[in-house]
Amino acid sequence: MMDMDLIANILFATIRTGTPLLLVALGELVCEKSGILNLGQEGMMLMGAVVGFIAAFHSESLIVGFAIAILAGVIMSLLFGFIVIQLNANQVATGLALTIFGTGLSGFVGLNYVGESLKGLSEMPIPLLSDIPYLGVIFFSHDPLVYLSIFMTVAIYYFFRKTRAGLIVKAVGESPEASQAIGLPVYKIRYLAVMFGGGMAGLAGAYLSLVYTPLWADNMTAGRGWIALALVVFASWQVERAVVGAYLFGFMSIMHLILQGFDVSISANILATLPYVVTILVLVFLSKNQARIKLFAPVSLGKPFHRTN
Amino acid sequence: MMKLKLEVRGYDSTIISYLSPVLAGLLTILCGSILFYALGKSPTQTLYTFFILPISDLYGVTELFVKAAPIILCATGLTICYRANIWNIGAEGQLLMGGLIGSWVALNLLEVEGSWVLPVVIIAGMLGGTAWAAIPALLRTRFHTNEILTTIMLNYISLNILLFAVHGPLKDPGGYNFPESALFSSSETMPVLVEGTRLHFGVLLAVLAVAITWVLLSKTFIGFQIQVLGKDARSAHFAGFKESKLIWIALLFSGATSGLAGVSEVTGPIGQLIPTISPGYGYAAIIVAFLGRLHPVGIFFAGLLMALLYLGGEMVQIELGLPLAMTGLFQGMLLLFLLACDVLIRYRIVLDRTKPQETIATTNLNPASGE
Repeated sequence: MMDMDLIANILFATIRTGTPLLLVALGELVCEKSGILNLGQEGMMLMGAVVGFIAAFHSESLIVGFAIAILAGVIMSLLFGFIVIQLNANQVATGLALTIFGTGLSGFVGLNYVGESLKGLSEMPIPLLSDIPYLGVIFFSHDPLVYLSIFMTVAIYYFFRKTRAGLIVKAVGESPEASQAIGLPVYKIRYLAVMFGGGMAGLAGAYLSLVYTPLWADNMTAGRGWIALALVVFASWQVERAVVGAYLFGFMSIMHLILQGFDVSISANILATLPYVVTILVLVFLSKNQARIKLFAPVSLGKPFHRTN
Repeated sequence: MMKLKLEVRGYDSTIISYLSPVLAGLLTILCGSILFYALGKSPTQTLYTFFILPISDLYGVTELFVKAAPIILCATGLTICYRANIWNIGAEGQLLMGGLIGSWVALNLLEVEGSWVLPVVIIAGMLGGTAWAAIPALLRTRFHTNEILTTIMLNYISLNILLFAVHGPLKDPGGYNFPESALFSSSETMPVLVEGTRLHFGVLLAVLAVAITWVLLSKTFIGFQIQVLGKDARSAHFAGFKESKLIWIALLFSGATSGLAGVSEVTGPIGQLIPTISPGYGYAAIIVAFLGRLHPVGIFFAGLLMALLYLGGEMVQIELGLPLAMTGLFQGMLLLFLLACDVLIRYRIVLDRTKPQETIATTNLNPASGE
């Protein structure tokens, strides 16, 4: 019989590990809904992580760190947005370039901060609720960003389901031509969506460098930006499914820790491949059903659009 | 107020497509100079140290080719893929697998003498890379799985498998527990072409790969089919070209060249299996493929430039104490500028002569008021 406390702790860690994935995936989801595919998540996350860490390190304020990290993500996304929206370049190539650029720039900027550490954001148990046996540990004893990610999920769900603005973003993603014809500012809406994605990626990066493991290391995102992209496909562009996916991938990422706890003698390196292997398997499973992807994916996703007037 | 705007040319400008990499290079150098200045270094001296000093003697020039070989090899494979509109990001993983499998075979043949040993090791490496590329090919053709994400994931997986191997089964038993394999024997290492340098046989293989890629693309029916598929998948379909066959060919070709890059590194300049056989050659090759305009001759020169970025980065670190991370930064800038400049291939910049009022009138249509 497995220890209930242990299970509760594993689920607690699952949510914690899934949170940065959820933050990036939500940002990218909004971005993709507007028709823009940004493969630069990894680069924006890295910039958020390093800049957030540096800002928090010097200001000794985590709030400042998070704010600067968001700003860094937004600036990176504007660079991407300018090239793909204004200049109409290939989104796949530009996104890749943004990741390569972000990887290089973050390594450069963070050079003198490798090995430094700071006191990360601590947990903020919710009074009363966190006292519930087991459930309190799993759901109500997290750091504030976990709650924020849940709040963002609900907000974005509401945004797309209930608001006019959400409808406009979706319209632009479905058909920028028709949207322009009825007078919607397509470029502006896409810029905003891209910037939102950048901000979320920056925040997710800072979650890693200020909460999850409060330090900066080169390439510390370890492919989470790419996994988040897979997550959006997994969620078939539906907000509520992104949460499930993020926690599922979070669970896979801590699998090696769990198995080590059980004295399973598999190499740590081999176990570390698990999240990536699972990502591929999930993608294969989903893409078998092309009709489903076609049904849910924004029609104009990744296609260039040139404003004419 | 006068505004600049983009206007469709209606055709693709060939001249711009050749000028764009040059312009991107100049912009990168300009930004780099500003950065050097901001870091308190003289831009001219730094640029000299970065771009001229590394290749100012024969040894430097041979090092340039040694560095360029794996990048060019990966880029040839990527070129075939990108021509077919297959977004293979997996050259890095295929390179690592080539290095790993090649090393595994080499370590098993350590005691064996003979001129056939090296070719066997090389072929094993190429097969390793090819097998790794077969995974995204299978998934794409059988299950329509997007190759961007699968190849990226496979990069991370292969790196972990490599780490597992050098920390475990392939670790040198007499190596004081360092994560390294035993040194390969002399019959398993690439012959050196110029005495006193590291210029090795693998560099010739890279040049050969460029030639083969050129023949494949320009002189064969397969190459033609690949180009049609990339330009217009529907036309390829109506012409009766087998898309899945072309996807297999492109990805396997990329796996073979990237695998060759990996095995050339471990049997060439490195001489054993180590955890860091590639400082991101597979990713640099993506930039090289675009910078070289997806043309074999172009990627040859772009590969040399990329190699210079690596050598220059090392040089400014040694000479001026600037961080090695400069290389990655320059790589990223170069690609971003290139993609931005490429817009001029299809568009021209013109002055926007529409009066601002009209613009407002057309963009601010209120559905309720009608037109």
